[in-house]
Amino acid sequence: MVLGVGLGVVLAVMRLSDNPVLRGVAFVYTWFFRAIPRYVLLVLIGVGVGFLYSSLSIGLPFGEQLARAIGIDPATFTFFTLDWNAFSTTIWAGILGLGLSEAAYMAEIARAGILSVDRGQAEAAQALGMPPGKTMRRIVLPQAMRVIVPPTGNETIAMVKDTSLLIAIPIINELFFQAYNFGQRGFKILPGLVAATLWYLIICSILMVGQSYLERYFGRGFGPVPKKAKQELTKIGADH
Amino acid sequence: MDVRAGEVVVLLGPSGSGKTTFLRCINQLETIDGGRIWVDGDLMGYDDRSGTLHRLRDKHIAAQRRDIGMCFQRFNLFPHKTVLENVVEAPMQVKGVKKKEATAKALELLEQVGLADKPSAYPAQLSGGQQQRVAIARALAMDPKLMLFDEPTSALDPELVGEVLKVMRDLAKGGMTMIVVTHEMGFAREVADRVVFMDAGVVVEEGPPSEVIGNPKHARTRAFLARMRQEEQAHAEAVVATVTGAAQALADAPTDPSGDPQA
Repeated sequence: MVLGVGLGVVLAVMRLSDNPVLRGVAFVYTWFFRAIPRYVLLVLIGVGVGFLYSSLSIGLPFGEQLARAIGIDPATFTFFTLDWNAFSTTIWAGILGLGLSEAAYMAEIARAGILSVDRGQAEAAQALGMPPGKTMRRIVLPQAMRVIVPPTGNETIAMVKDTSLLIAIPIINELFFQAYNFGQRGFKILPGLVAATLWYLIICSILMVGQSYLERYFGRGFGPVPKKAKQELTKIGADH
Repeated sequence: MDVRAGEVVVLLGPSGSGKTTFLRCINQLETIDGGRIWVDGDLMGYDDRSGTLHRLRDKHIAAQRRDIGMCFQRFNLFPHKTVLENVVEAPMQVKGVKKKEATAKALELLEQVGLADKPSAYPAQLSGGQQQRVAIARALAMDPKLMLFDEPTSALDPELVGEVLKVMRDLAKGGMTMIVVTHEMGFAREVADRVVFMDAGVVVEEGPPSEVIGNPKHARTRAFLARMRQEEQAHAEAVVATVTGAAQALADAPTDPSGDPQA
């Protein structure tokens, strides 16, 4: 989810940028990952990619060929190698799959949030001499968060439940699979399902509490006056 | 058109005549189609390389804007920040001033605009007049060489206009260079060194207020001023009517010695 939100906000900013290349990349990304069902994407990451490439290496372009040509160890210019088949069954593959897919949805939510902030805000910041990046980070995004948080709460909860799709990769230490299996082992299928249900309820409740705190933080200055500020104001009034 | 340091210029003209656009061109919130603007010797927004103009990078434009303060018609205070945070934001983030110094200066400026008692209020808790005064303090916190005012009082209730104009008047007395777009004729007459009348995107007439407002040469200026005067008069009459109406209502009310209508 963190990967999703982070990447999503970056994509939203790219999408609204003046630069056509950034805009295009963000659009294609959103198009691709929104169009693919999560389950299919997870199977693709867990099973599909492994057939094509058994390991991923990051290094100098044509580093291996270059190293062979000058007669040294081919791996000299390879900085980082990932054994995909080992990686694909770990929780990281699941995080990568769900995160990439989530980012596409978050990009649209963040874009809506940014567009909801009055243009005058960015203009006021720019008139004060703030460069565009800082204007976005300090003035526009904090205000956009007010609009972004509620749908992000939705997405987070949906994400918790979508972890049950991780079995597609397959990752077996996932909640639903474990609970279901546990029930089958002891011929107590329904108790297993009930246990899974309860766990999902508990986790989502905790997240909802977190969301309400976030909403209060980003809603400051809007709507009803928070208690603490009110106290300070009356104190100041009393001093005069 | 030239504006000297320390001069107060008021731009007048019917809506749509390009006053606001002109102000926004000065600090590059609007891109310029033709013509050039220099502030303190710097060509704004462009680099002149042997005759051809190249748009400057955003960073350079931001740097040019630092010396120009601007107040908007709709204030545009940052609603998620308190009054004090609004004022210290730019000095700390743009100029890298230490928090302690910025706060001291901000409190001084808030004192100057008559809001020393509200540093921890959020903009939504202030009246329009107070918000505009905070906006002025926020702009002044950057030590601008030039202040631009874009109809600073036209979004305000009539009884709040005075407090904002007073702050601007004090600012003018302190020797600030100001370009003001306004419909406040009284302010223009009293404070402006020069009045510029614009219509349909061009300057029609300019000169000291006594001439442009008192004795306009162009028909368009005259028509505009006559319309403004009519409006002012209609407004004054409306106020008088309400006041006399209220007085009449008071007089007509049954005078019960107990003073309590339900008794």
